[in-house]
Amino acid sequence: MTPADYEYLRKMLKEKSGLVLSTDKQYLVESRLLPLARKANLPGIGELVAKMKAGSQSITTDVVEAMTTNETFFFRDKVPFDHFKDTILPSLLQARAARKSLRIWCAACSTGQEPYSLAMILKEMGTTVAGWRIEIVATDLSQEVLEKSKAGIFSQFEVQRGLPIQLLVKNFKQVGELWQLNPDIRSMVQFKQLNLLQDFSHLGAFDLIFCRNVLIYFDQDTKVAIFNRLAKLNEADGFLVLGAAETVVGLTDVYKPMPDKRGVYRPNPNRTAAAPPLAPAMGAGAAKAAAR
Amino acid sequence: MKTCLVVDDSSVIRKVARRILEGLDFQISEAEDGEKALAACRQALPDAVLLDWNMPIMDGYEFLRNLRRMPGGDLPKVVFCTTENDVAHIARALHAGANEYIMKPFDKEIVTAKFQEVGLI
Repeated sequence: MTPADYEYLRKMLKEKSGLVLSTDKQYLVESRLLPLARKANLPGIGELVAKMKAGSQSITTDVVEAMTTNETFFFRDKVPFDHFKDTILPSLLQARAARKSLRIWCAACSTGQEPYSLAMILKEMGTTVAGWRIEIVATDLSQEVLEKSKAGIFSQFEVQRGLPIQLLVKNFKQVGELWQLNPDIRSMVQFKQLNLLQDFSHLGAFDLIFCRNVLIYFDQDTKVAIFNRLAKLNEADGFLVLGAAETVVGLTDVYKPMPDKRGVYRPNPNRTAAAPPLAPAMGAGAAKAAAR
Repeated sequence: MKTCLVVDDSSVIRKVARRILEGLDFQISEAEDGEKALAACRQALPDAVLLDWNMPIMDGYEFLRNLRRMPGGDLPKVVFCTTENDVAHIARALHAGANEYIMKPFDKEIVTAKFQEVGLI
């Protein structure tokens, strides 16, 4: 890969997905894009770039997906799911007792393990949530991973990382060497394609937003803009859950960390003053402008 | 340091498991069948057992049933690690008192996840 090809890819990825690649990530690009080049019967990344420059939308989409798709697993990091079960849900079930409905958003859900983990926890709660209307909306940039998510089919390797064996037996059916989630769990999650850089206000308000391990790939201005827009969709008494390596601290005051609950944030009551107006359709440039 | 008894008739699997578990700060002992594993447990109960299913002399399932009947035998966390990768075997293992179940092939990530799941890490 020539320095010019790498520079083209860096700029294109930043513009289309917000992904920020430092100047030393050539190895990452090569490891993700060489298989894609082979799949497209192209000798190398140079030819892949040439196709994109010539206007091939399908190759461009494939490149963005290959670079932004991240491996995940059930109950990843465990602690956020303990917070969900022990702190967030009890609080929301009490606060919403009158209307008996909850809306949860898993932003950047990748292959679906996160929203399905939440669905399995809710199913385990049985009568506590009986009669409640609980919506789990799961979004990702990549159409390819969303298709995989919807099917709910996972390899033996995937179902062994983080998923307790009792939950595997209860909620999955063995299909040859693969494992498929039962329809009752699959039907609890709605999957939608979404680019976090673009307007997402049409999704409506959420009591809880899981937005984990995606903002780390964005630059600071884009992170701030996304936090501000998340806060506008988050109910005032709702929750935001971030990944272990992510925080709002030092970036924005639209959220406040929840004491003793690492990774859990609450909307700041004064957030309306801090949040900028919503842009109708945000690309990276618009997101930057909104953050200023 | 927590102790783990690795029970498998394959010396290669025992070696791989030992390397992974020592990396997770476990003190390892080994047995090549269920009978030898039971004898080891009568001497000293480990904190954990990583257990194959198919072994000569006494298989993993019989070992587990015997272990759970021993005084204090309910204490060790037992994680099956086997090529018996179907729901029927998993259900039998859980019914007999297994705490977790690894379907071979396995790697460090899977072992770590399963040992975390049962509170050993």
